[in-house]
Amino acid sequence: MNNKSTVKRILDYIGHYKWGVFVSLCLAAVTVVTTLYAPILIGDGVDRILGPGQVDFQGLRQILVKLGAVITITAVSQWLMNHINNKITYHVVEDIRTKAFGHLEKLPLKYIDGHPSGDIISRIIADIDQFSEGLLMGFTQLFTGVLTILGTLGFMFYVNAWIALVVVCVTPVSLLVASYIAKKTYVMFKHQSETRGELTGLIDEMLGSQKVVQAFGYEEDAQKRFEEINERLRGYSLRATFFSSITNPATRFVNGLVYASVGVAGAYAAVNGLLSVGKLSSFLSYANQYTKPFNEISGVVTELQNALASAARVFALMDEEPLVPEDADAVDLKEAKGNVDLQKVYFSYNPEVPLIEDFNLKVEPGQRIAIVGPTGCGKSTVINLLMRFYDVDSGCVRVDGYDIRHMTRRSLRAGYGMVLQETWLKSGTIRENIAYGKPDASEEEVIRAAKEAHAHSFIKRMPQGYDTVISEDGGNLSQGQKQLLCIARVMLSLPPMLILDEATSSIDTRTEIRIQKAFAKMMEGRTSFIVAHRLSTIKEADVILVMRDGHIVEQGDHETLLKKGGFYARLYNSQFAVT
Amino acid sequence: MKNLMRYFKDYKLESILGPLFKLLEASFELFVPLVMAQIIDVGIKNRDMGYILGRGGILVLLGVVGLACSLTAQYFSAKAAVGIGTRLRNDLFRHINSLSYREIDIVGTSTLVTRMTSDVNQVQAGINLTLRLFLRSPFIVFGAMIMAFTINVKAALIFVVTIPLLSAVVFGVMLVSMPLYKKVQRQLDQVLLTTRENLLGARVVRAFNRQEDEAAKFGRENDMLVSLQVFVGKISALMNPVTYVIINGAVIVLIWTGAWQVEEGIITQGQVVALVNYMSQILVELVKLANLIINISKALACANRISGIFAQESSIAEREGCRGKAGEDAAFIPRVEFKDMDFYYAGAKEPSLSKISFSAMKGQTIGIIGGTGSGKSSLVNLIPRFYDATQGAVLVDGVDVRDYALKDLRGKIGVVPQKAVLFKGSLRDNMKWGKKDATDEEICRAIDTAQAREVVESKEKGLEFLIQQGGRNLSGGQKQRLTIARALVRQPKILILDDSASALDFATDAALRKAIRENTKDMTVFMVSQRATTIKNADQILVLDDGKLVGIGTHRELLDGCEVYREICLSQLSKEEVAQ
Repeated sequence: MNNKSTVKRILDYIGHYKWGVFVSLCLAAVTVVTTLYAPILIGDGVDRILGPGQVDFQGLRQILVKLGAVITITAVSQWLMNHINNKITYHVVEDIRTKAFGHLEKLPLKYIDGHPSGDIISRIIADIDQFSEGLLMGFTQLFTGVLTILGTLGFMFYVNAWIALVVVCVTPVSLLVASYIAKKTYVMFKHQSETRGELTGLIDEMLGSQKVVQAFGYEEDAQKRFEEINERLRGYSLRATFFSSITNPATRFVNGLVYASVGVAGAYAAVNGLLSVGKLSSFLSYANQYTKPFNEISGVVTELQNALASAARVFALMDEEPLVPEDADAVDLKEAKGNVDLQKVYFSYNPEVPLIEDFNLKVEPGQRIAIVGPTGCGKSTVINLLMRFYDVDSGCVRVDGYDIRHMTRRSLRAGYGMVLQETWLKSGTIRENIAYGKPDASEEEVIRAAKEAHAHSFIKRMPQGYDTVISEDGGNLSQGQKQLLCIARVMLSLPPMLILDEATSSIDTRTEIRIQKAFAKMMEGRTSFIVAHRLSTIKEADVILVMRDGHIVEQGDHETLLKKGGFYARLYNSQFAVT
Repeated sequence: MKNLMRYFKDYKLESILGPLFKLLEASFELFVPLVMAQIIDVGIKNRDMGYILGRGGILVLLGVVGLACSLTAQYFSAKAAVGIGTRLRNDLFRHINSLSYREIDIVGTSTLVTRMTSDVNQVQAGINLTLRLFLRSPFIVFGAMIMAFTINVKAALIFVVTIPLLSAVVFGVMLVSMPLYKKVQRQLDQVLLTTRENLLGARVVRAFNRQEDEAAKFGRENDMLVSLQVFVGKISALMNPVTYVIINGAVIVLIWTGAWQVEEGIITQGQVVALVNYMSQILVELVKLANLIINISKALACANRISGIFAQESSIAEREGCRGKAGEDAAFIPRVEFKDMDFYYAGAKEPSLSKISFSAMKGQTIGIIGGTGSGKSSLVNLIPRFYDATQGAVLVDGVDVRDYALKDLRGKIGVVPQKAVLFKGSLRDNMKWGKKDATDEEICRAIDTAQAREVVESKEKGLEFLIQQGGRNLSGGQKQRLTIARALVRQPKILILDDSASALDFATDAALRKAIRENTKDMTVFMVSQRATTIKNADQILVLDDGKLVGIGTHRELLDGCEVYREICLSQLSKEEVAQ
């Protein structure tokens, strides 16, 4: 997306608040004019106090009263302007963020699976934050900055054109110096951040696997590598820090020059009676004020560029193609019987790497399908297709005779109960988690589900029972307990079809037995797809799908497959290999 | 904090010269309004162009000298800050590497990484800022007031009132808004959490058809964030207008009282202009000071956190004058022996392992099985002294592990951790972790035993194959086999496989066990697993349940005599398989 269209879209969002923007701009104008007017009044005041016996108290009082009024107006309009800008910015940001998140929920899983979650999170959090900062700065400083420069120039030329000319000629020097330094520093900063990245990489690697480092006695080598990079970093950092800290003194120096030139030129004019002392003092304060917006604006411009880049990233996320919309006449399957039929299914994540080819499977209500294969063989692909997290490339998947692409996603998914090995729980209470699929479930229903999942007893022992808050990612629960909660979650509204993922490891024996019992209870009379690791489960299955490297290599029941003597037989027999 | 102050010692000169030159620059800046007053009062009044030019020259000179001073100051502060940062980083890295598993568990890896990176950077930036600016701003504020006193006491009194008033507003707004900003940050974290949760749980959210509710929840959290932001924005938006009013109010008073004094001939018109100038200098510096204090307090917080890491001492220290015994390599001395050993994790009330006693002889394979949290990994971690026994002792070759130099002890052992970790670099470099001077031949032999030959052969460059950070360009199973090879390269006397074959399919797992048995005759192998098949044929099987050794013996013995073992086997294998 190019900058232009990004800007246009941002303006569209801001457009919702056009009255606010209008008022803000008016207030900015008022603020700038009154701010610039104050030094003139002060100068006028100084001109009323020429020397002993030459003080015009009458005139001075009027000027000071006027000054007081001007100051009050400035302060009030400045505060109002800031407040309005804040409000507009944060609301625009809120609109975008909410919309972006809403879009996320509509994106196909393909996008979410294919992008690191850190990247998506940083778009919704960090990028939008960066954008809001840029927008706020743009609002508050860009417009006032430009107005201040123009206003100052106008006032200066109005008061005395020659001295104004002096100011105009000297100030570009400040900008030149600043941009020269910025260019120099940029290179240094680049080196610095590259080396810093290198160092962080090493730190990440070594500290992240510190236990391995210690086991192999690699500490000294790590230290040596670390110190070498760190020493290089020191060189770059010193230069980067030094050069970047030059900017301030250098521009201050140039400002000093402007100040001196205005002083001398102004004094020259005053000697020749072209300028009063009061006017000279207003000039001096202008000379101070004048360069400030320049520096600010250059800061704002970089900030705005960053903001634009950030906004573009966010918009790119929001432009990702959402899910294929459902047909208007999509079937809303109320009560599925549990017939599942896959016909000539072809599917692959990447068109160049064929994965599932010509896959046929007919499942009667109540049958058990075991999916078997080494870890990482693509068992989750089948789940993706059944739940329509992904659409098949060709062929079709039918439930009770309906092509799932012609069903509402809601009714399809409501027909399935799913317990995955990656136990995902929400941060919230245990009760909320169990009732996740049915938020209006009654207390009794929740407890009954927990009991059936053999989770009730451990929940009872938690500090707040069902109201215990589960921290992010279920940190305060063991893996087995999390699994039991996930089972309870499905148990609550037990659908006619199940997708279960047996745990391979990391669950203690007793919990494991409970989980098996709960699984058995769930499967009674339901069509079940089980990612199986236990031979007992596999043997009892009506159909075994044997997967390897993403392909379904064999299909049949235990006896048939053993007789066939293929991959399944090898897998099975390896259990008995003499070691 | 104190332990960090010593870093300044090596940069004493820079740490003093930096602020000193900065003060010099500031004092030159303070002279500027005075010189301007002279231009007005003497030059313009007497129409003396020469005098005016002279004073103009002085202004430029003040600027040049000021610039020179300031550059010197920046250089010294940068040098001190970067130097201190670099040393701090080196020392911290060394220190962290000396910590034992116990401390790493307490502090956590991600925390350590943050301390090493962003915290040290913050401290470095904070030192630089402090050296440069911390003295400058107060100096200018008070300097301006003192200069005002040299002009006129009565006028200076206005400064005496204005400065505290301004400070009260600037710091007041800061004090009120800082905790609010923290609240905003926390709410932002909440928004982040919801986003992450929804990404990780996308499947479950969709399976339960809760997308709209999640979006609504996000909307509510976002709403709260915005109202907080607007509220805190409203308060910080006060700062500029209020200070503006105070300063300019002071200017009005200054001009009015100045007018009376000029009328009486006590001060001149130029001096009034100078006073007004000083007034505006104060505001700029006070705002800078407020920002500086925020930054410094952030840096101090980081420094404290770093200091906390330094305060963590390794619990696994080599004993003073450790005898550095090599241990005896005789057939009748157990290679590894646990004597009535108890082990508690840091801060734990219940033991993770209690009353463990067994011995493993040369050439034996020891299987260890049990549920999660039963203490399997803890047990094997005690052998290379990653943790220390709380009670009792662990002996290797007849010597207490605490009597070895760590290097000697760990040199005898090859560890394959649960999580397969490889490092950025060539495959060969990774293999050399096990033995620095390993030849290609030794490496290949280890790779063969680990069933990893096909991994190496599938890579075009063979041993030169570049592994990406964290081994991202290898599959889980490939990584596991390579980590096993890495441990085998050193031909250790003791090999510890901590559930290291979980990503291998049954066939490869079996082949691996066979190869290890055949190629490593004298090696004592500890094999931790959740799979009964993996350890079924071990010489001795240790069955752990909840930290206790509930069974020890061969598969057959345990099937008859150990309830827990039988339970595990039956849950994983069919009846015939168990009996086989």
